[in-house]
Amino acid sequence: MGIFRSRPKRTVLVCCGTGCLANGSHGVYREFERMLKNADQPVRVKAAAKATGCNGLCEMGPIVKILPDDIFYCRVKVPDVEEIVRETLAGGRVVERLLYTDPATGKKVKSHKDTAFYKNQLKIALRNIGEIDPANIDDYIQRGGYRALEKALSKMKPEDVTAEMEKSGLRGRGGAGFPTGRKWRHCAASDDTPRYVLCNGDEGDPGAFMDRSIMEGDPHSIIEGMVIGAYAVGSRQGFIYIRDEYSLALKNMSAAIRQAKEQGFLGESIMGSGFGFDLSIVRGGGAFVCGESSALMASIEGRVGEPRAKYIHATERGLWDKPTVLNNVETWANVPVIIDRGSDWFSSIGTGGSKGTKVFSLVGKVQNTGLIEVPMGISLRKIIFDIGGGIPGGKAFKAVQTGGPSGGCIPGSMLDLKVDFESLSGAGSMMGSGGMIVMDEDTCMVEVARYYTGFLAEESCGKCLPCREGLRRMLGILNDICAGRGHKEDVDTLLEICEALREASLCGLGKTAPNPVETTLRYFREEYLEHIRDKRCRAGVCPALTQYYIEGSLCRGCGLCAKNCPAGAITGKPGDKYTIDPDLCIKCGRCRQVCKFGAVSIGGGAAV
Amino acid sequence: MDFVKQREDLAPVREILDGYPREQRFLLAILQDIQKTYGYLPREALETVRLHLDVPLSRLYSMATFYKALSLKPKGEYVIKVCDGTACHIKNSQGLLDELKRLLGIEPGETTVDGRFSLETVNCLGSCALAPVMVINDVYYAKVEPDKIREILGMLGGKGYGDI
Ligand SMILES: Cc1cc2nc3c(=O)[nH]c(=O)nc-3n(C[C@H](O)[C@H](O)[C@H](O)COP(=O)(O)O)c2cc1C
Ligand code: FES
Repeated sequence: MGIFRSRPKRTVLVCCGTGCLANGSHGVYREFERMLKNADQPVRVKAAAKATGCNGLCEMGPIVKILPDDIFYCRVKVPDVEEIVRETLAGGRVVERLLYTDPATGKKVKSHKDTAFYKNQLKIALRNIGEIDPANIDDYIQRGGYRALEKALSKMKPEDVTAEMEKSGLRGRGGAGFPTGRKWRHCAASDDTPRYVLCNGDEGDPGAFMDRSIMEGDPHSIIEGMVIGAYAVGSRQGFIYIRDEYSLALKNMSAAIRQAKEQGFLGESIMGSGFGFDLSIVRGGGAFVCGESSALMASIEGRVGEPRAKYIHATERGLWDKPTVLNNVETWANVPVIIDRGSDWFSSIGTGGSKGTKVFSLVGKVQNTGLIEVPMGISLRKIIFDIGGGIPGGKAFKAVQTGGPSGGCIPGSMLDLKVDFESLSGAGSMMGSGGMIVMDEDTCMVEVARYYTGFLAEESCGKCLPCREGLRRMLGILNDICAGRGHKEDVDTLLEICEALREASLCGLGKTAPNPVETTLRYFREEYLEHIRDKRCRAGVCPALTQYYIEGSLCRGCGLCAKNCPAGAITGKPGDKYTIDPDLCIKCGRCRQVCKFGAVSIGGGAAV
Repeated sequence: MDFVKQREDLAPVREILDGYPREQRFLLAILQDIQKTYGYLPREALETVRLHLDVPLSRLYSMATFYKALSLKPKGEYVIKVCDGTACHIKNSQGLLDELKRLLGIEPGETTVDGRFSLETVNCLGSCALAPVMVINDVYYAKVEPDKIREILGMLGGKGYGDI
């Protein structure tokens, strides 16, 4: 087909994702544009959205990539542009000082593909992120985009598409991991019409941003997946529900829909096939529970986003009580690749029950923070220590939290766990949407459980009693434990409420809400007991259970702590030992952060 | 009410309403547009929407209190959103919040009496690799240390607040 054009000569990609924009990448982009307007060599300047945070590089931004040489420059400032144009584009030389230093080896690398971070990954859903200009549909087409749609429409019957999806073994990436092909088959089997196809771009899990990156960086992959899905189930109208906070994702998605309409990938008789499908965007209202399928549909209908009981499936009666397929952003982005390369190829990746790859947002106390995509079945150790580069500052690993607010915390003893749907559930956590938050010795596990419980209590819609009241009670108990008012029976009470929540809640929010408390109690019970019995928080996070003091033998009398103390609680003379007045100390921990000699220690056991 | 806001000009509301088909499913979108225009949902605007779409006012209020993107109270000139998502939380977003509370003398969800600053917390801005993150009127501040807050507020005309 004529639309699949060959690749142009040289391209400058300036990352314009949220992270790099914050570092001023737009100025760099404009400078390239200005300098190259009059250049005689065939160079195209493009803005490509790069997944924020990939390789922890958003702090290294703005990022500039030169294709096809695959040179990777970081921290590029406007004055550097002239040098890059002169040296690299005109002279074919690499500007050493702008190259990235791989923290794993300490060496400068020309391409980010040479780093340990990159080599252990396998990109399917993120295949185009950072490689293309999301505002340009031709870029997507050049990398094989809309080829799968053409194949589906011209060579496959709708039921063939569904069968191929079932064979691939793809499971939903939004949380529950329901087999995608089976969901489509259920919907197609209904005799009611119209049918709807929806994309869940609500991404409510804190600490996760893969869906945002795909919507920002490769919107057409979602559109193509949805058109294929619509063809399979016989739908003529779809909606993409996007979180209100994601302004760049909203902008890029809308532009992509417009382009897809202009080029005949959406609308009447797509690619001349006679099949028609239209797509619109719905902005979310900023409520976590709206990510839940029935609540999301209520929200699209213009109502309050409260879930309903699940005895009727959405595939039978969903949006406006019509048969509906809802899939997550990442799920949709996988669809074109599966149709294009076949289910056999896809199902050769991964483990028995979990095929393909998963995108994780690897964040928290880890060296390389960012978005990663790895084959199912990779070990946690490989993710955190090889790809993530381990824990910064020589601190000890404590736990990794997966699955969002209703996931669980997995301890160091289980680092060799193979990551897939089954093993994570087996460990008391879950896959969820793919947040992966690494915690070190300075994280208090009781406070983490309190944090998640607080989040869920706040986000509970209040429709069912176990969730509304149970979470509030649990939060009260956890608050007390963190404040040093814990009792010995608290642990049993917590577990009892957990059980009630799991059994009796209306929707997934309440049913999974016990996970943070249950896993921390399972793996870190000793920390709870220390809080309750010894009135001690070993991580120094809970203020009421923490006392800061200066180790006399280590203090060099530099006075940095006193200078940084916002409460004026530290006294001493330069050259002498400094001391902290516990009555004035507000326990912010600044002194401990700034001390270069590790002289500030945490003691517990303050009588309450 | 102790604080009377002068009546808002309702022309933009009519414009927003004209931009949508007269169907209830556009209610959330309409309210979001009004929120964007005024920074909150003025009572008179809700009246206009009620008449236009023929829905009970109580329904509009239940939407307004359910969705976090909507607010019934006017917001300040600068809306400070501190991320308290997990990644930011374990990187001491609480420290940022404490410092902001101390300097501005308000709690999250409140606005300073002169209408300059509003303080809010949000659950993840999707920039977790830059944690802790704070956004002031769409400008992102990455890896913010508590001792940077005074400087940032100072640049936004925050002189006179706390010890700035
Ligand atoms: C409280 C709650 C919040 C959820 N939030 C999201 C979300 O933000 N994004 C998402 O894709 N799925 C979310 N889900 C899962 C959806 O209900 C649904 O299973 C999913 O979107 C289906 O798509 P998939 O099969 O492709 O994963 C949430 C579920 C619950 C119970
Ligand atoms: S947790 Fe703060 S940006 Fe994600």
